Amino acid sequence: MYPRPIPETARSARAAYIALVVGVLILWLLPLVTVMLTSLRSFEEVMAGNYWGWPKSFNFIENYTAVFKQTALARYFINSLIITLPSVVGVLVLATLTGYVLSRHRFAGNRLVFALFVGGNFLPAQIMMIPVRDLMVSLGFYDTYFALIIFHTAFQTGFATLFMRNFIAALPDELFQAARAEGASPWQTLWHVVVPLIRPALAALAILTFTFVWNDYFWAIVLTQSDAVKPVTAGLNNLRGEWVSAWNLVAAATIMVAIPPVAMFFLMQRHFIAGLTMGAVKG
Amino acid sequence: MNRSWRRHRHWLAPTLFILPGALLFGVVIILASIRTIWVSFFDWDGVGPMQWVGLANYQQLAADPQFYVSLKNNVIWLVMFMLAPPLGLALALLLNQAIAGMKVLKSLFFVPLVLASVTVGVVFTWVYDPTFGLLSLIYGWFGATAPALLSDEHLVSFAVVIAALWPQVTFCLVLFLAGLNNLNEDLIGAGRVDGARGFAMLLHIVLPQLREVSFIALAITVIGALRSFDMVAVMTSGGPFGSSTVLAYQMYEQSIFSYRFGYGAAIATVLFAIMAVFIVWYLRTLLRPEQETA
Repeated sequence: MYPRPIPETARSARAAYIALVVGVLILWLLPLVTVMLTSLRSFEEVMAGNYWGWPKSFNFIENYTAVFKQTALARYFINSLIITLPSVVGVLVLATLTGYVLSRHRFAGNRLVFALFVGGNFLPAQIMMIPVRDLMVSLGFYDTYFALIIFHTAFQTGFATLFMRNFIAALPDELFQAARAEGASPWQTLWHVVVPLIRPALAALAILTFTFVWNDYFWAIVLTQSDAVKPVTAGLNNLRGEWVSAWNLVAAATIMVAIPPVAMFFLMQRHFIAGLTMGAVKG
Repeated sequence: MNRSWRRHRHWLAPTLFILPGALLFGVVIILASIRTIWVSFFDWDGVGPMQWVGLANYQQLAADPQFYVSLKNNVIWLVMFMLAPPLGLALALLLNQAIAGMKVLKSLFFVPLVLASVTVGVVFTWVYDPTFGLLSLIYGWFGATAPALLSDEHLVSFAVVIAALWPQVTFCLVLFLAGLNNLNEDLIGAGRVDGARGFAMLLHIVLPQLREVSFIALAITVIGALRSFDMVAVMTSGGPFGSSTVLAYQMYEQSIFSYRFGYGAAIATVLFAIMAVFIVWYLRTLLRPEQETA
């Protein structure tokens, strides 16, 4: 290991190390902590300018219920779910299919198709903005859930294909030879050999795609405009404009928007990190 | 039908499998990107008919002072973002100890990575607020008044980039921690026997093994810097007086707010050309080792 591990016997060195790490962590997360603190304060306190003193009262429940009752945040949350969940399912299905074919079937242009998936994934969103917006307008999908679901599914399929192709390519060859010897059709091979083995990859992709789609802001403002469709990211920016002086409520909304991806991350951390590093390091 | 399906399924089935994904990605992502280049040769308000203007959009762009402001800011983003890999590595070196409790502490360090850029933008707008922000508090301790970073045309871009560095450093931290976990123990041990310690060890034994991870961290950081948009949109809307725009934001503004889709497409094409250099470099490095083994 590098740096050299602090030995178990060096008790005081270990304690000092932990103290140092906690200190750095507090500094690292300080911006977020201040927002959390503000989200607990009362409106009077915020108006009086007490942003840093000890809160006179803890308005946790009041603020967080107010943000759902008085603003459209609940609507934005539902919108985000309606957009994110189908996109994740769509990406998993499409990427399993493309990843399987690209890793296990030789055909002319295989490498080119793969390179297009990988390269397209790195394109800046702005390069496709005008035609995508135009396409959604002409299909009648502009300012509907479909616009965002279709776009996110398409875009995330690029990264997911890279990921799935590498994962399936790393599976042992013998399995596929055996399947062929048994006379299994491509569909049977996919369903009975590949799918059971790629569960960890599917889990990692699901959490990554969820986070990417949930956190998207650019496409949310390009493809939607009404509150009935807008996801939380665009919604939060709206709330900030509407509730200029009610910083405690804006802070509560900010924290609420951050909770789903952070919670997902803590629940599935192993998959998230494995996915991110495998997707990046191997591909 | 059934018989011919059986005879041809070895290639028909894979074709059917790859078709939905390839078609969707091909039309929505690849063709759309190419169409942008086409649109950049037209004058278009996004609704009415398109009018061919040849290279006029590009000529106009070359004479547009705002374009150079965006370009300069993109360079600021790119240069400052280069801090992310070394800072991420430094944090990873700090955190790479297997001690009870470190797992939880490490995951807390990862939090900025999963925050939406809007969240990061809102959080840092707060930090920078000259009357009640964290920064004003710190300046207050020294009896000074905090500068209004986001309304200062010379400092605004730096302030936005520092906010954007927060998740970017976290990303590099995650990559380097994974890299440090895959170090070859034998080499480290041999180095220790040979008396390599501290910085010499890092330079000669650890870093060479992190080459691949460093490459990825660098590539992702470059691409992240070039496609920066969200933070600018959330924190400054390009202001004050357009002093914090980047190419991506200027393109959005010209198209969506000014209905100059042809001009916006020209900006996007320039951005794409800059990025294509990096994408090609990345793909070449990525696909090369496989070609050698094949």
